[in-house]
Amino acid sequence: MAQLEIDDGKIAVRGLQLEVVHRGTGPLLLLLHGAGGIDPRAEFLDLLSRHFEVVAPSHPGFGNSPLPDLFDSVDDLAYVYLDLLEQLDLHDVTLAGFSLGGWIAAEVAVRCAHRLSRLILAGPVGIKAGDRETRDIPDIFALPPEEVTRLVYHDPRKAAVDYAAMSDEQLRIIARNRQSLALYTWEPYMHNPKLRYRLGRLKLPVLLIRGASDGLVSEQYLEAYRAAIPGARIETIAEAGHAPQIEQPRALVERMLAFTRERSAESG
Amino acid sequence: MTMRTWFFTETAWPYLPEEYDSIRVTLPNRHYDPHIGAELYHRYLDEWLHAEQMGLDIMLNEHHQTATCLDPAAPIMLGVLARQTSRARLLLLGNPIANRRQPVRVAEEMAMVDNLARGRIEVGFVRGVPYEISAGNASPLRMSERFWEAHDLILKAWTTHDGPFSWEGRFFHHRQVNIWPRPYQQPHPPIWITALSAGSVPAVAEKGYVVATFLTGFEIAKRIFDSYRDAAARLGRETPSDRLAYAALVYTGDTDEEGQAGARKLMWYMHANKVPPQFVMPPGYVPVEAEANAMRKGSLYDFSRLTLEQAMAQGIVFAGNPDSVFKQIKAHYEHVGGYGHLLLMGQAGFLDHRETVIGIDRFASDVDPRLRELA
Repeated sequence: MAQLEIDDGKIAVRGLQLEVVHRGTGPLLLLLHGAGGIDPRAEFLDLLSRHFEVVAPSHPGFGNSPLPDLFDSVDDLAYVYLDLLEQLDLHDVTLAGFSLGGWIAAEVAVRCAHRLSRLILAGPVGIKAGDRETRDIPDIFALPPEEVTRLVYHDPRKAAVDYAAMSDEQLRIIARNRQSLALYTWEPYMHNPKLRYRLGRLKLPVLLIRGASDGLVSEQYLEAYRAAIPGARIETIAEAGHAPQIEQPRALVERMLAFTRERSAESG
Repeated sequence: MTMRTWFFTETAWPYLPEEYDSIRVTLPNRHYDPHIGAELYHRYLDEWLHAEQMGLDIMLNEHHQTATCLDPAAPIMLGVLARQTSRARLLLLGNPIANRRQPVRVAEEMAMVDNLARGRIEVGFVRGVPYEISAGNASPLRMSERFWEAHDLILKAWTTHDGPFSWEGRFFHHRQVNIWPRPYQQPHPPIWITALSAGSVPAVAEKGYVVATFLTGFEIAKRIFDSYRDAAARLGRETPSDRLAYAALVYTGDTDEEGQAGARKLMWYMHANKVPPQFVMPPGYVPVEAEANAMRKGSLYDFSRLTLEQAMAQGIVFAGNPDSVFKQIKAHYEHVGGYGHLLLMGQAGFLDHRETVIGIDRFASDVDPRLRELA
């Protein structure tokens, strides 16, 4: 039985009505989505819900979650999830984030980790790794859309989208997600200059995951992430790009599950 | 009331490579030759000065990282014109204040040039086209809020004369604002704001500023001007025609053939403006619904396949002999309910100095006097 009583599809966090996917039983998994938002029909959500009680909100400004006028940075989002953890009085939570969600998860964990048991960051952005003339993350807002697709996917052919065939509502959500992504990540581009230093505070088990063909988060970049977090390690998923949850959902969920079990066994 | 015409050149670099992905943002400046460019600057200034001689006013604008406009620092060009002209009013349309990080600096620049020109400056504030986002290194989100906060700060800087004030806003912080000099015109120079759609117009009307719209033809220009008049009427105000301005490409010849031949050269401005989608539709530049719509239908700003005939039929280009040009402007003027300013883009692309001067002369001698009676 699920531990949390959350109304279907909605959760109020300090008055902010977030859209949320809540399904499955098992250890609590707070899942923070990436730039594309969350699709409730995605296979990886079903796979995860066989092992976890999954709570996956849409960030403010994404999907149908409202965007407060005050919000304009990733730390605004981090405080929403700190509020959520506290409000529901959650403990022993696995916090996982993909891409932008990985950045948010890292910002949550460096502020307050006592409700968290472990952290999983898949293709996270958020740190500054290279020098001032090296762009760590390709400028997706200034690249041709087909080039962005090529960088994001191991197999871009499978990612072809036909906007003409989409409903008004689907297009509206895509446009809204894109605008909110830009609002939160425009400058400094895709990072918080102080996050890398702050990651040194983390004392919980941390797994970093990277799709082997990820054209946005490079091997070098993730290595800088790893080096900043005491005891963190990296696992690579073959034949996946920046969204292993889409291209290799089974392999991704297996890694997540193995990591949470391994650590539970140690602590047990 | 009278119709004023403002001669405008965007000071283009017309010598483009045969192949390029984008004329904006990414075109390498190795394609710019400083020796040829220096001559172009002097030539374009000469054309503005000639327009003044012929009794026209002067307009200039600003763009960044583009061959379409060699004036990324328009206040500097305005300073040159302030010194070299003596009669024309000088309109900078305009300052991209949502993209500039120091509104107080904008207030200083405009106040200084207004003194240099002994009060002949008119100050435009513009949001800027979407391709200015990357080039201007600005966020496309919440631009309108940033624009109005910058405006408010500039106005306060111009009109505060008793020592420093402080500003701790959402977007701008400034601790000791106390500009020297203050503007020559009191309380401040006339203000113009541009609009691409009717939605942003009521805020301009409420302030009583001039609204200017570029190349929006018969229908959108009418919606914009109607929106202004309606908003003013709701406040119990009339809208004199000098609050409304329309910008078009214009070339006047002795004959229709000559006029249209000149206009065909002006069409370079439309056809060279090759810009890929990532710069045309940066996230958040337009509201969510409009952005969603554009994903399906493509860019709203694509003039690349427009023919001269279409552009003339749409009221974007006025061209021909003096009588034809007058009648085309009059038809547009009447359709949209009248306006008091024509922003005349009379030079673009490979229209050379001689041709540009002929176009100015023909317009100033044979069209402008009739337009003055129109308004």
